[in-house]
Parts: sequence; C-alpha cells; structure tokens
Amino acid sequence: MLIKKTDDIASSEITPERDYLNRRNFIRGGLLAGTAAATTLLYRRLAVPAGSSRPVTGSSSTGPTSNLTTDQGESSTSFEDITNYNNFYEFSTSKEGVAARARNFVTRPWTVEVTGLVKRPRVFDLEELLRLGVEERLYRFRCVEAWSMVIPWLGIPLARLIDQVEPLGNASFVAFQTLFDPQRMPNQRTSVLDWPYVEGLRLDEARHPLTLLSTGLYGQPLLPQNGAPIRLVVPWKYGFKSIKSIVRIELTDRQPKTTWGDYAPDEYGFYSNVNPDVAHPRWSQARERRIGEWVMRDTLPFNGYAEQVASLYQGMDLRRYY
Amino acid sequence: MFTRQRPDPSLFPRLLFFVNAALPALLLGWDSFNGRLGTNPQEYLIRTTGMLTLILMTATLTISPLVKITRSPALLPMMKVRRMAGLFTFFYAALHALSYSWFDKELDVRLIVADLLRRPFIFLGMFAFILLVPLAITSTKRMVRRLGGRRWNLLHRLVYLSAIAASVHYYLLVRADKLLPLAFATTLFLLLLWRGRDWSRRIGQP
Ligand code: HEM
Repeated sequence: MLIKKTDDIASSEITPERDYLNRRNFIRGGLLAGTAAATTLLYRRLAVPAGSSRPVTGSSSTGPTSNLTTDQGESSTSFEDITNYNNFYEFSTSKEGVAARARNFVTRPWTVEVTGLVKRPRVFDLEELLRLGVEERLYRFRCVEAWSMVIPWLGIPLARLIDQVEPLGNASFVAFQTLFDPQRMPNQRTSVLDWPYVEGLRLDEARHPLTLLSTGLYGQPLLPQNGAPIRLVVPWKYGFKSIKSIVRIELTDRQPKTTWGDYAPDEYGFYSNVNPDVAHPRWSQARERRIGEWVMRDTLPFNGYAEQVASLYQGMDLRRYY
Repeated sequence: MFTRQRPDPSLFPRLLFFVNAALPALLLGWDSFNGRLGTNPQEYLIRTTGMLTLILMTATLTISPLVKITRSPALLPMMKVRRMAGLFTFFYAALHALSYSWFDKELDVRLIVADLLRRPFIFLGMFAFILLVPLAITSTKRMVRRLGGRRWNLLHRLVYLSAIAASVHYYLLVRADKLLPLAFATTLFLLLLWRGRDWSRRIGQP
C-alpha cells in the first residue's frame, strides 16, 4: 500500500514506464492479431475443400439434374461434385485444385488421330466424332482411391469409331494418348508422371458395348476438369483407365504401355478391373465411399457390371491379371 | 493494480502459440458445422488433421534448435512453449487417428488391425501416434519431477522416432508428386542431425 502511494505521487517517473508497457502491449496485440490473421489466411489457402474455388454463378445449388437411375436404382452424383473433385494430374495433383486450374483450357479446334493396324487411318475432327451418334448412359464410376460416383455421361460407343477405321486382322489392342501441351496443361511442366498420359485396352474390351468415348455429362459438353473435349469411359475398370482429353488412338498387336502401370507396376495392372478381392497395396478395394454417402459400401466385382463383362475374362486368373 | 513483480516472460509466447495452434481446429470445426468440407468430407478431415499433425510436430521440434542456434535471449522464453506444442501435436494426431478409425473403418477393431498388418503406411502412422501417448502422459510438471530430468529427457527422445515414422507414413501414402513428403523428411533429417551433434557434444562434457 505504501509503495502504491509513492507511485501515485511520483507520477512523473511512472509515465515513461506506462508508455513502455503500452507500447509493448500494443506490439503484442498486433502480433497476436497479425499472426492469427496470417494463420487463418494460410489455412484457408492450403486446406481448400472441393468446390469452394468455383466461381460464384448466381444460384450455386441448382446445377443440372438427371432423372436416370442405374440398373441398381442409384441416381446421379451432383453436378457440383462431379465437376469439382477430379484426378487430372496434367492440371494439379490435388483433386480439389483441378477445376480452377483447368478453367481456361481451350478445347476447340480438336482432332483425334486414329491410326495403327487399320485399313483406313484417319484424323477425326471433334464435330465428325459427335456425328457418329451421342448417347446418354448413367454409369457407376469407381476410382482406385476407393471413392465412387454415379455419372450421367454423353458419349459415342467406342466400337462405332473403331468400325469406321476397319481394324486389320492382327489388331488386338488399342492404345490411347492424352494431349501433350505444357502451355495448356501446366502440370506437364513437372515430372510428376511420365507425360503424355497413355492408356490401353484389349480390342474386345474396347469394342464392348459399355465402352464409351464420352463428350459430355449431365447433357452438357464435358468441362475441362472431366477430360474435355473427349475421354474414355470404361465403367467396370478403375477410373485411371478412363483416359482424358484424347488426341490419339492406335490399334496395335502388342499390349500397350500405360502411365500408371509404368509408374508402379505392382500397384496398377494393365487390366485394373474393379475387384473387391484384389487389394491395392495402399487401399483395400473391398469397400468404397460413394460420394454423398456417409458409410462406405461394398465394392462389386467389375463395379457391378459382371453380368455384361465377366465373359471377357473367362479362364483368366484375375489375381494375376489385376 | 500494477506491481513491480515481473510477469512470466513465457506467458505471451505461450498465448501466441496457443491461439495460432488452436485456430485450425476451430476453423475445421466451423467448416464441419456448416457442412463445408467439400465433396469427400471424410477424406478431407483425415487429410487436414494429418497435415496439421505433421506441421505441429515439425514446429515443436524446431523450437529448441532455433533458440540454441540463434542464441537470442529474446527467443529464450520460446523454450517454455515446447510442452504446449507437443500437446497440440498429440491433439491433432488423436483427431487424425480417430477420423481414420471412424470414417474409414467405422471403429471396427478387426478392420483396423487387418489394415495395420496389411499396409505399412497405416502401421507407421499408428506407430508414430502410439509413441506420442507416453510423451503426452508424462508432459506434466509432476511427471517430470517423478521421472527425474534425465530419464524424462531420454523418454522424450522418442519424439524423433515418432517423427521419422510419421514422415515415412506420409511419403508412402502419396500416390505421386513426393515433393512435399520429401521436404518434411529433409527438414526432419536436418533437425535430427543438429540434435545428434548437440547430444554428442553434451556427452563429451564433464
Ligand atoms: C503422428 C502421427 C501422424 C502424422 C504426423 C500423420 C501425418 C499424415 C499426413 C501428413 C497425411 C497426408 C495428408 C495429405 O495428404 O494432405 C496423412 C494421411 C493419412 N494418415 Fe496419417 N499421420 C499420423 C498418424 C496416423 C495414424 C495413427 C493413422 C491411422 C491408423 C493415419 C492414417 C492416415 C491415412 C489413412 C491417411 C490418408 C488419407 C488419404 O490419403 O485419404 N495416420 N497422415
């Protein structure tokens, strides 16, 4: 108490100390607010959930809808989810980041060269391909990362295109190639994968009626993040088989090289048929997370298309040819 | 009223650290509450908490080398932040392990054990987490006294083993583009290298 009294009197001496304390408190307050703001900003920049980077366009929740249901009564995953959660390493290795980085990808003019062991090799303009007849198909789509969607594709049965070029008798495989253009696909400047992305099918798989060259979804042309302007869709195989933004198709007599198969042969086989009994070293494939559902569901052999496609693999050991 | 007794100089650094380490959890909680976790909320939660664990862990391990290398008296109070930093690391690791066990495995112990035995990256993650448990338990002042400084220090070197396991865990789970996992592993390696030198020097002292 005595000290306090002395302090009160000697106000000329306490003022500088108060100033000092005030200044220190001011700096501390600034530090606290400043770092908190920086942390928040950094967090918001780095931990971006899918869809939050899309441009605000009027009403965001009323995307296109589809009335189709699959053979198992499933309805489509939302347009927003399909177009904001994509594996497309040519643009970004983050599924949430692809849509924004692919937004300005120019897809016209676009041609697809169809060549190799065929009687009539040809370069098709996209418009010519569209004239082959576009159909709508609602397919389950199963990613090797153990998530899945249901997607209303628009597309041309690949068999129709293959018929146009008349395969030779010794053609037994089909090789596909994505565009290579680091100017337009910025992540091709990195060596994350061995560009250009390539994939392949056996000819009978390619000609199967379920196999589609897709040009759109939800009744609209494909957006860049989904593989515009034209991509493969093989619904009974893991998603990475369904190569995007195709510029070249070649019929061959040898099993083609595939990008992921080259990257990690023991993880990504040539066939990569959806198979709950063959685990990937990183993901058990027994179950999958259907986008929009909370609890995981069981994965079906051939992604539920066994009835249509199992005969393609009769007599093959699917553990060996995974 | 103002007294002349000097306040604890580590009070403000601790407050600063607390606010910044708690903010991500608050933001994540806020986003969860508002259903703003994107297309695959379960994956988003697992990943975000995993990344936060690794960041907190690296920050925790950086404190004492930073203070000792700079020899800055201004930074000295940071040493008292380490306990809180370690506990935050544990907190995020627990959230991460819980997210995985709940969202990927529905808290089914058999599924978790099967996954542990089958997948090295899961095993290493769990290993890293389990190592943190005794460190969190012995983080109180009373436990330091009970164990004695020397033994306590030895025990808490386990954090380096945990960090090595966590880095490999991260490296293994990334499909391609291993740049970030390598960056974390390198940072950790350098911290460990510095630590090793520090330990051997201290052993050499009388
Ligand atoms: C101290 C311990 C741990 C650290 C530092 C850690 C760190 C990480 C990091 C950095 C990621 C990647 C996040 C990203 O891709 O952005 C991750 C993912 C993951 N962690 Fe951990 N982790 C730890 C413990 C665990 C434990 C105990 C488990 C489960 C048993 C676990 C399971 C997973 C899984 C399943 C993923 C993959 C998520 C995905 O790719 O979808 N982790 N962790």
